[in-house]
Amino acid sequence: MKFDDEPVPGYSLPILPGHVSPGRLERVLRAGKFAVTSEIDPPDSADPEEVLKRAAIFDGYVDAINATDGSGANCHMSSVGVCSLLTRVGYAMVMQIACRDRNRIAIQGEILGGAAMGVANIMCLTGDGVQAGDHPQAKPVFDLDSMSLLELARMMRDESRFQSGRKLALPPRVFLGAAENPFAPPYEWRPHRLAKKIAAGAQFIQTQYCFDVPRLKTFMAQVRDLGLLEGPDRVFIMAGVGPLASAKSATWIRENVPGVHIPDSVIKRLAGAEKQKAEGKKLCIDLIQEIREIEGVSGVHVMAYRQETTVAEIIETSGVLDGRTPWYPGRDTKTEKESLEA
Amino acid sequence: MYAVRRWVVRHSRVFEVIYNVFEPVIARLDPLWRAIGYGRVEGPVTAVERTVKGFLFDCQMCGQCALSSTGMSCPMNCPKNLRNGPCGGVRANGHCEVKPEMKCVWAEAWAGSQQMQGGQKIHLVQKPVDFRLRESSSWLRVVREIAEGRAAGQGEKK
Repeated sequence: MKFDDEPVPGYSLPILPGHVSPGRLERVLRAGKFAVTSEIDPPDSADPEEVLKRAAIFDGYVDAINATDGSGANCHMSSVGVCSLLTRVGYAMVMQIACRDRNRIAIQGEILGGAAMGVANIMCLTGDGVQAGDHPQAKPVFDLDSMSLLELARMMRDESRFQSGRKLALPPRVFLGAAENPFAPPYEWRPHRLAKKIAAGAQFIQTQYCFDVPRLKTFMAQVRDLGLLEGPDRVFIMAGVGPLASAKSATWIRENVPGVHIPDSVIKRLAGAEKQKAEGKKLCIDLIQEIREIEGVSGVHVMAYRQETTVAEIIETSGVLDGRTPWYPGRDTKTEKESLEA
Repeated sequence: MYAVRRWVVRHSRVFEVIYNVFEPVIARLDPLWRAIGYGRVEGPVTAVERTVKGFLFDCQMCGQCALSSTGMSCPMNCPKNLRNGPCGGVRANGHCEVKPEMKCVWAEAWAGSQQMQGGQKIHLVQKPVDFRLRESSSWLRVVREIAEGRAAGQGEKK
């Protein structure tokens, strides 16, 4: 997909009427295309090359890349650091901000810093508890929660001020995202909680891993009935998916990663396969294709932790891009060269 | 105490009625509080509030009580101090991600709110906590706000 008003490929786009950000993800979603995002594995290193290498794995298959913020409460390179490196070469980033590690003073600074570096999408998260990670002795901050963070980011963007009221000379032009987990109790509240997040400012949602399509269908039906997919304040929902490496790792994830619901049938399917890793990939592709058929789902967010190299194949095989090639550094020069050679 | 606070949430409607009677009464006493001085009553009232609410709700004295919007389940007992609903880590059995032995404060809040007349208040977005108000009396703050609102209203009428 090429935008004809893209001044320099990879640079910020002009903001269209009804849009809030200069980013490509908002363009793709509002154009009604099935969007694909993925998550970069942030290095435990100060090496910038490593970040570029890990991002290049997704070239041509994703509309934006999430930079996680200490996911699972584990230490890695910061999301603003990863975003700064990658926006410099033109990648569309989703900068995650978790409330676990920073108070409102730090977070507001981070929002400005990220936006100044070219981040067009910010994902507002509560964050996993510190007990889940490698520093359980750390002080949990949680000055804000995901809801008040959304309101704060929206206030900075739309009212051009800090929470204190102090004016911003240039507001951050960001498309605001949030997470939702339709697979965790209290189930009947989840669609209403989503409505609350939209009221607080959420414009797109990336869900927790979906391994239970019927539950997602029920959730989406409730979301449609609440009218959350209509009007100028509508929300775009991207379903979280990912390949499972084996029945054993699926069982481990189910028991140890907060909020991930994996039905027995999935574990049985993996356990019964000869090549479990290949079956995990196939299962992910099947899930994507089933999810795509659900009315109101706008895309998928592929989380392939430590299996990032499989993302391209999964997206390619699932066919959800419909022949689109999302922009990546060098895409257009490559096609020009190819056409010259041809 | 965990057992008490769970019992309270199961009877959230009763506590809603009690509070709806209690609030106007202490608000009417505004002239008395004013005569003694809000600063002077702050200490004793805070002590009473801490004891009563501590026993019933495991109140953490955030100083900006949200119980009537949270099904009578105190959100400050959530290990992440969430003020706006459950996180995505709630276990399949409805227990907390951080404290597996504890029922999710927000799963309780949802159940509590369903019995309350003002239960729909759970859908309103709560502002982040003002940490300056910690350990202060939420009751007196509400009373003062009501009194000031009333005074402002009368001022407008004149």
